[in-house]
Amino acid sequence: MNENLAALVPETALCATAVIGLLTGAWLPRRRQWTVAVLAAAACVTGLTATGITMATGREQTVFSHTFAVDAATDVGRLTVLGALLLIIAMSVETVRGHRRETEYWVLLLLTGAGTLALIGASDLLMLFAAYLLAGIPAHALAAFAKDAPGTEAALKYYLMGALLGTTMLAGTALLYAAGHATLYRALHATLPHAAYGLVGVGLIGVLAGLLFKAGAVPAHFWVPDVTDGAPTPVAAYVTTVPKIGGLIGGYRLLHEALPDSDVNWPLLLAVIAAVTMTLGNLAAFFQTSVKRLLAYSAISQVGYLLMALAVATRTDLAQKSLLFYIAAYAVTNLGVFAVVTELPQARTLDDYRGLARRHPGLAAVLVVCLLGLVGTPPTGVFLGKLEIFSAAVDGGFTWLAAVAVVNTVASLFYYLRWLAPLFATTAPAPAEAQTVLGRWAAGAAYTSGTASLALGIAGGALLPLTTGPLLR
Amino acid sequence: MLSVITFLPLLVCAVLLLWPRALGDRAYVWVWIVTAAVDLALVVTVWAGFDQTGGTQYQQRVRWIPSAGVSYHVGVDGLSLPLVALTCLLFLAVAVYSLKERRRVRSYVCLFLFLQTVGLGLFVALDLILFFVFFDLSIVGMFFVIAGWGHGERARAAALKFFLYTFIGSLALLLGFIGLYLAAAPHTFDIVDLTSSNPLAGRGLYAGLVLLAIGVGLAVKTPTVPFHTWLPPAHTDAPAAGSAILAGILLKMGTYGFVRIAMPLLPGSWRHYALVVVVVGAVSVVYGALVALAQTDFKRMIAYTSVNHMGYIVLAVGAAGSLAGSDAQARSLAVTGAVTQMVSHGLITGALFLLSGVLYDRGRTYAIDAYSGLAAHTPRFAGITAVAAFASLGIPGFSGFIAEFQIFTGSLASQAIATAIAVTGILITAALFLRALRTMFLGVPRLPRTIPAGGISDLSGTEAVPTVALMAVALVIGIAPRWLLDVIEPASRTLTGLVAR
Repeated sequence: MNENLAALVPETALCATAVIGLLTGAWLPRRRQWTVAVLAAAACVTGLTATGITMATGREQTVFSHTFAVDAATDVGRLTVLGALLLIIAMSVETVRGHRRETEYWVLLLLTGAGTLALIGASDLLMLFAAYLLAGIPAHALAAFAKDAPGTEAALKYYLMGALLGTTMLAGTALLYAAGHATLYRALHATLPHAAYGLVGVGLIGVLAGLLFKAGAVPAHFWVPDVTDGAPTPVAAYVTTVPKIGGLIGGYRLLHEALPDSDVNWPLLLAVIAAVTMTLGNLAAFFQTSVKRLLAYSAISQVGYLLMALAVATRTDLAQKSLLFYIAAYAVTNLGVFAVVTELPQARTLDDYRGLARRHPGLAAVLVVCLLGLVGTPPTGVFLGKLEIFSAAVDGGFTWLAAVAVVNTVASLFYYLRWLAPLFATTAPAPAEAQTVLGRWAAGAAYTSGTASLALGIAGGALLPLTTGPLLR
Repeated sequence: MLSVITFLPLLVCAVLLLWPRALGDRAYVWVWIVTAAVDLALVVTVWAGFDQTGGTQYQQRVRWIPSAGVSYHVGVDGLSLPLVALTCLLFLAVAVYSLKERRRVRSYVCLFLFLQTVGLGLFVALDLILFFVFFDLSIVGMFFVIAGWGHGERARAAALKFFLYTFIGSLALLLGFIGLYLAAAPHTFDIVDLTSSNPLAGRGLYAGLVLLAIGVGLAVKTPTVPFHTWLPPAHTDAPAAGSAILAGILLKMGTYGFVRIAMPLLPGSWRHYALVVVVVGAVSVVYGALVALAQTDFKRMIAYTSVNHMGYIVLAVGAAGSLAGSDAQARSLAVTGAVTQMVSHGLITGALFLLSGVLYDRGRTYAIDAYSGLAAHTPRFAGITAVAAFASLGIPGFSGFIAEFQIFTGSLASQAIATAIAVTGILITAALFLRALRTMFLGVPRLPRTIPAGGISDLSGTEAVPTVALMAVALVIGIAPRWLLDVIEPASRTLTGLVAR
């Protein structure tokens, strides 16, 4: 049995740093608690390095009785999550600096990050559920970090919804266990095709419910706008980006590894969920005036595009690379927008962004790149992702879904432009205090993400080959 | 070489943005003029070194995103080289015209430099995704031009409509490209490879759907009836320089797409549905002309004549796909006419839009009946506008005549009825231009009240030089077209050969 702990360096680094950070923070005076942030960043860098080494030396393997797979999907997922965590750490600096519970903030962030990493690699239903909890519970606490009324409400909603769908997921796990007599994907792969159709179908829906909750897809999306609006902005950036990576790659692995030969028609189910998710997200985003709510609904619609890859998971070779690339590009682009929102804490509505281009041309440029990126305008990374994912959908026989996605993309342009156009307005600019900036770290995160979003599109040829490679079970 | 020509404006744009010290307004425009002039000189050297019978030249192919089948592949042939030259010339003209611009000049110049790179990049692209990148970015750039320098709040709405409408087209185009990509083995977006492998030959409905997606995408950009409704508001509310580029370069992206992508990559379906294209073209010609006739706004009228002129091109490319009743020479003539018309329309309509900018600058209105007897006050403006109007309606001696003559001759054999209907378009445009000229320039002198007491001033140097230069080139093509046709004709023959296979 392979119990190679070295394969799990990123996960271990985050968990160990969380423990060390908590202990250190307990003894540090408040003004020195930034040390924990440095530790957290160091853990992410360690994880990135370890992943780089794994990829360079080709040490793909499954560990601990095949419950955890370290393969191409895990590698790219880890790079994305850890990179995203670094950006979130940078944009959080000013928000939590000197806060009474600063240490707790960093520790919770590390723990939920570790949970997301576990979701990505989980190759066993029970492992998947444990990861669901580890990724979820610290995030619920983070949502209420500010201890204000909107934050508390957001956290309660997030928690209740997570608990409900977590239970559903556990029930689904039990049903799949009953149907396939195993929880390991490699065993389910062989037994599920012979199991009772209804049992597998209901069990799968149960497990997917939890994963869709993580991703924020319809019908498990109700928490997204409230949490995004109520939580501190860096936390909102986190919940709309990172859990999605875990939920979608985890879901992809489940469908691709455990149910490829099952006669349950899950491709159609996911295609319908994808279509509904992108459409509802876009429609709801249309007339939002609060930037955070607009971003929340935009995040929902983006999940719809990403789910297209899950629908064609076993139908085309393009599915995996399109999913992994899109999700990486989406993560940096979305974080870029949130970094700008963090940098301008007083600007809450679209009108507060009037005339930003004149006052802060750099931030306006990041917004232009990232919002047009979210639309899928070349040459940003999301464009390349969209190209791949549309190709995958057409190749997988869901041309209608690609057409729906195209219509939705055009529709989404409308509300992104509602935000972009005021930036360049020359008449009636917003008052200067609405556009006061927070500090250097958040701005740095914004510039970094904006650049990365462009670079992923122009130099996408470098990353794309990394996303191909067999999944292990 | 082509990469230098393409990216030189973008490079200058980046330098201007990062330049630590603010320059004077005119200095920025002068930088732009010099850049555009250098670019034009480079294109002239490319033209001089161009072997007319050598097919695609100056090719450069670099691996870009190999795992997605995308490469950076550029080159020019007889279809694209005239458009590349047109782009450089028109941008130079617009740059000179912009010397009087006073509003946020740095951003203005940077946007136009960006648009120049986008336009050039599109015409030299030999990869579908590279083509698409520039196709899409042209929308983004023009959106900011219209929203930022257009006429007031209305311009913002027009810009939004423009962006949304043309973005639908570009995404339809993307779906079509994906269809082509998936059909090719191995999967590739390279135009040259796809042309030679013809992956959709004999694929019936699938090929038809791909052509539908690509056709709609290009038709929105061109624009043809019924996808033209974004054009009039965009033009009316755009600044004059933006309109000139929009009409002169951006519309050509659609028509160029037909000859570069739709025809050679989908020859079977193109032949099969040629009649549809011909009908759309003929309808655009007549409808565009009729609606232009009904306009009371000078700029809007020119915008609708663009629909009419683009209709001729669509008619010609459709006729080039109708094998029955025509020989290779006629079809090749139609394609040559179409490409000549692209160049001609860019020159003449570009000049007309710049002139309409002068009109607005003086009187703050485009309404035709607000002016009367202008010829007495502004003889130079009236003269050059009259010349441009006559050139636009296709009077012999200007490039428009050469183009339309070839289109009609090439199309007549196979599509006699449609061609006969389309010829009436010339009559209608003649009527509408003559009517506008008579109302505005002749008769009792009368000016709108918005004109200051000092009276109306005639064309200044920075307004006269670009418009006269554009008309001069149109005149040269009209009188001695061989230097242009010698470049286009071999490429047209190659294209008709590809369509007929």
